[in-house]
Formats: sequence, structure tokens, C-alpha cells
Amino acid sequence: MSATTIAPASQGSFARTVGDLAVITRRNLLRTLRLPEVLVLSATMPVIFIVMFTYVFGGAVQGALPPAAAGRYVNWLIPGLLAQFALFGGAQTAYGLTEDRTKGVIDRFRSLPMARSAVLAGRTLSDLVRSALTLTLMLAVGLAIGFRPQTSLLGLLAAMAVGLAFGYACSWVMALLGLVVRSAEAVQAAVFMVVFPLAFTSSVFVPTQTMPAWLQPFAANQPVTVATNALRGLVLGQGALPPGRTVAGQVALALLWAAAILAVFAPLAVRAYRRTVS
Amino acid sequence: MGDAIVEVEGLVKVFRGKVRALDGLSLAIEAGGVYGLLGPNGAGKTTLIRVLSTLLPPDGGSARVAGVDVRADPAGVRARIGLAGQSAAVDELLTGRENVELVGRLYGLSRRQARQRASEVLARIDLVEAADRPVKAYSGGTRRRLDLAASLAGRPQVLLLDEPTAGLDPASRRDLWALIGDLVAVGTTVLLTTQYLEEVDRLADRIAVIDHGRLVSEGTGDQLKDRVGGAVLEVTVPEPDRARTLQALRGVGGQLPSDDRDHGRIVLPAPDGAGTLTEALRRLHAAGITPEDVALHKPTLDDVFLALTGQRATTPNGSGHDNGGGAGRRGQHHHEGAAQ
Repeated sequence: MSATTIAPASQGSFARTVGDLAVITRRNLLRTLRLPEVLVLSATMPVIFIVMFTYVFGGAVQGALPPAAAGRYVNWLIPGLLAQFALFGGAQTAYGLTEDRTKGVIDRFRSLPMARSAVLAGRTLSDLVRSALTLTLMLAVGLAIGFRPQTSLLGLLAAMAVGLAFGYACSWVMALLGLVVRSAEAVQAAVFMVVFPLAFTSSVFVPTQTMPAWLQPFAANQPVTVATNALRGLVLGQGALPPGRTVAGQVALALLWAAAILAVFAPLAVRAYRRTVS
Repeated sequence: MGDAIVEVEGLVKVFRGKVRALDGLSLAIEAGGVYGLLGPNGAGKTTLIRVLSTLLPPDGGSARVAGVDVRADPAGVRARIGLAGQSAAVDELLTGRENVELVGRLYGLSRRQARQRASEVLARIDLVEAADRPVKAYSGGTRRRLDLAASLAGRPQVLLLDEPTAGLDPASRRDLWALIGDLVAVGTTVLLTTQYLEEVDRLADRIAVIDHGRLVSEGTGDQLKDRVGGAVLEVTVPEPDRARTLQALRGVGGQLPSDDRDHGRIVLPAPDGAGTLTEALRRLHAAGITPEDVALHKPTLDDVFLALTGQRATTPNGSGHDNGGGAGRRGQHHHEGAAQ
């Protein structure tokens, strides 16, 4: 039993922080792989959304579609659902942190000489990887039932990147919820309270111009709408956007929203993590 | 005081502005050995562990672990401690080995070091064949041993164990005790909290009894027993006579009787031994109370606990020091006199 001295992370380097981040991210992904049923079920939900909305709402909304959708609701829907599930993917962060907190795992991490930022960063990063997989699957299903991007492959990739950046920022909101809301059930309710109103008052399913006048100013500018517009513009072109909006403008605004959400919620989540009492 | 590895001075922790979980607690724990922290639920045991492991900042006073102040250098403290028990947990979806390696990595070991360390630690807790199975297949006792193993991954100087055997069956508890004994043999200082008297009686070199966030008494088990006095008098009376008995025994031998409702007894410290017994019987007789049983015996830690905190400790099998308290103590339970 030779006494190895353990260097506390605060004295450690940037490399130590990155190392801890990698260890935590790997652990989270390993947990995801060990629960294949959860993985399959959580991948099923977006697929159900795609199929359900395409065939059920497709007929009703058809008339309101801009010409850039090439007459297909699925073309209009897929970019919106990608934005929505980037947001839903971020919600996983709340559930994962809640589970770790209630099981005492967060306490263990907090008692270890590791980089304090690694637990939250690792959690959001592993959820980002999951979201990337989910979005790729959605794209594949969409292509199979008739989704056709009207721009270029580059536009499609850019759309994925913007969607994931937006979802990543939102996962810090969810991290805060997962840390401050005490019980797992309440966390679920809190997440729904954030996610569903944002998704359904956005342009994901129907153009915001079809909504009541009092709702329109909010609906047209809230983050999920902006992200959806950005993705739609990148995939379908300028013609898919509401009058007066440009693709570049909506992309810039979506990234700005992501940056603003991150700037507000990441410090709040880190502060909550430091004070976590389970 | 010079070689104290944990020094706590006037520690205060207040929750929600009013609950004083720690209320000026002071302790000095010497390096090596097992230090037992005994107290009823809500005494502040877990809060102390959480302050020492830097999970909670103290509101007042100071605490140093292995010479490092918890407030000035929490990261330095974390590098020198291991935490296990109700406050920390293993990951059910990972294997035993993965759990220990994960913690080792987060202590700053390289991948190779962590792997080697995990093998060492797993061998020590005798978890070799199950090491590559997911933890969710483990029994409660095995999980606790793994939890302990994980906290050892960073070779801590001080191991903080928060109720390590709570809820375990007797065999698993004994396994864990043996393991803790082994750790002390290699020089780790163990601070453990418990509600089980048997646990500190068996394991701890020194014991602190805390209640309401304050130190009530401190010393070796024998010192604590001596402090309660030479002997303890136990009186059992029919239920309707309890209140009158408590009244009648007030002030016998200069002491106050405690009402041990769980076991239907009234307990009184008996510094004068047989003299106290005689006095007590005279008072009962005068009050017209006929006791069902009267016994004079040397104090057990259970009596210490009751005398110091006014509460019975928990025994592993539920309640009652006669059914769960262990045969060891019952040996000291000799009757010196009984009612006629």
C-alpha cells in the first residue's frame, strides 16, 4: 500500500477537466446502452410523431403550406419536428440528473476531487450524442415516407447542426430543473410545462399566421419557432419562411437564442449543482 | 491534539434559518482506528459527515480533515477522503469493476492505474467473480461492500462512512464490520456514524455521542459506561403505576429516572449500587407500588445512550436491546436483587 498522492482537480490542468468530462460522458452513454428498452422507446416517440402528424394532420394543413414545401406536409413537418425533438432530447438531461441525484450518485461525485463542471457538462454532452442519434433516425424515417430536402446536402447538415445547438442550450434549462425540483415526478411535470407549450405554440406543426392574433407576436418569435424557421429555411429554402424573414436571419437568431439560453441557464445550473442537497 | 486527523471546532449548520443541525460541535479524532459517531435520528450525524465531505458548507466554526480546512480548500479535502454509506451510491447499470474504475478515474488516476486499483480493491472485498456483472444483480450487502470499495479507490486517508450497515441483515453486517477492521489495519482512519450500539461497541476505538447537534459525551466505550455511574437500576411496574413510579423514584441517589416506554421499564442510574436499590425499594413500598421486576446491572452502551440523550438507540433487528442487542451485553446483565 504505497501512498499515492491524489492531485485535487482545482490544482489540475485543463487536461484534467477534459479527462473528467470524458469519464462522465462515457459513463452516461454506457448507461444508455445498458438500457436498450429505454433507448428503443425514446426513439419510437419521434417516429410516431412523424407518421401520425404526416397522415393525420397532413390533409388539413395542406392548404396553408407555402409553395416551398412542394405540396407535401411531410416536407414542412420534418424540419419542425427535428427542432422539437432537439428540445425534447434536452429534457433527458433533467431526468438523468434527477435519477443521479435521488440515488446519491451526485453526492458521490461531489465528494470526489474531480472537476466540478464535469458532471453537468458530461450529462449535457452525452444527451447531445443521444439527440444526434434520434435526429438522424427521424431523418431516415422522414426520407422513407417522402420527405425531400429542397436545398442541398449542406443545407441539411447545417439544419441538423443548428437543431442540435439549440437542443444543447435547452438541455441546460433542463439541467436546472433536474437539480432544483425535488421529486422525480415533479421534474417530469416541470419539463412538460416547459416543453409542450413551447412546441405547440410554435411553427412546428402549423404556420403561426394561422394562430389567433393575440398569440401571434409570441408564437412568431419564441425560440422553438425561430429554430424551426431556421431549419426549414436551410432545408426548404427562403420560400418556406413567413413573409419578411430570411434564412440567414433566422439561423443567426436561432443561434443567438441558443447562446442567450446557455448564458443564462448554464451558470444557474452550475450554481444549483454546487448547492445540491439530496 | 497534534496528531488529530479530523478537527472540528464549534461547528454550526443551520437549515432553513432555524433547524440547528449542528450547534457548536467540537471533536478531535486521532489518526488510525475507528471513531464512532453515535446519536439518535436527527442528532446531526449525517450533517457532520456532509460537512466533512464538503457536500455542505458549514455556517459557523471550522473543520479540518487531514490538516486541510473544508472551507478554505474543499478540493484538497476531497482528495484525501472517501465517502460511502447512505450519502453516496454505486451505479446499478455499471458492473462492480466499472464502478470502482469510474471513481478511481475521478480521483485522478490514469486509466491503467484505475484498472489496477480496481482489481486490488475488488480482491480485498472478495468480489472477484461477480465483478463483471451489473450491480443491479448484487445483494444489498454486496452493494455496500462495493460502495466501500469504490470509496477506497483513491486511497483516502480518512474514510467517512454514513450508516454503512443500515438495513443490512446480520450476516452482511458482520462481513462489513470485518472489512472495516481490515481497513484500519492498513492505516486508514474511519469515521462512522451509526444508530446501532452494537456496531460502535464492536468496531469503534472511541465514541462520540451527539444529540441536537452537540457533543454529549466522548471517550472509549468503557469510559462512557463508567461515566454513567457504577450501575443502573431497572424497574418494571404494571402500566397504571408508571407515572406514580416515576414520581416516587425522583431524586433517588440524586438522579432522575428515565421512562423507557419501548420496553416497559423505568431506568435510573444507581451510583451507590445496592444503596440506591434499597432506597428505591423503600420509596416504592411507601407509595404502595409493587414492581414486577427490579434489576441492578452494570451500564451498557444502551444505558449510556438513554442517560445521555433520553432516547433508546435503535437495534439492528428493529427495537429492543434485549432481542437485538447481542448476547455480549446480556452477560453483564446480572441481577443483584429482586422484589420479594
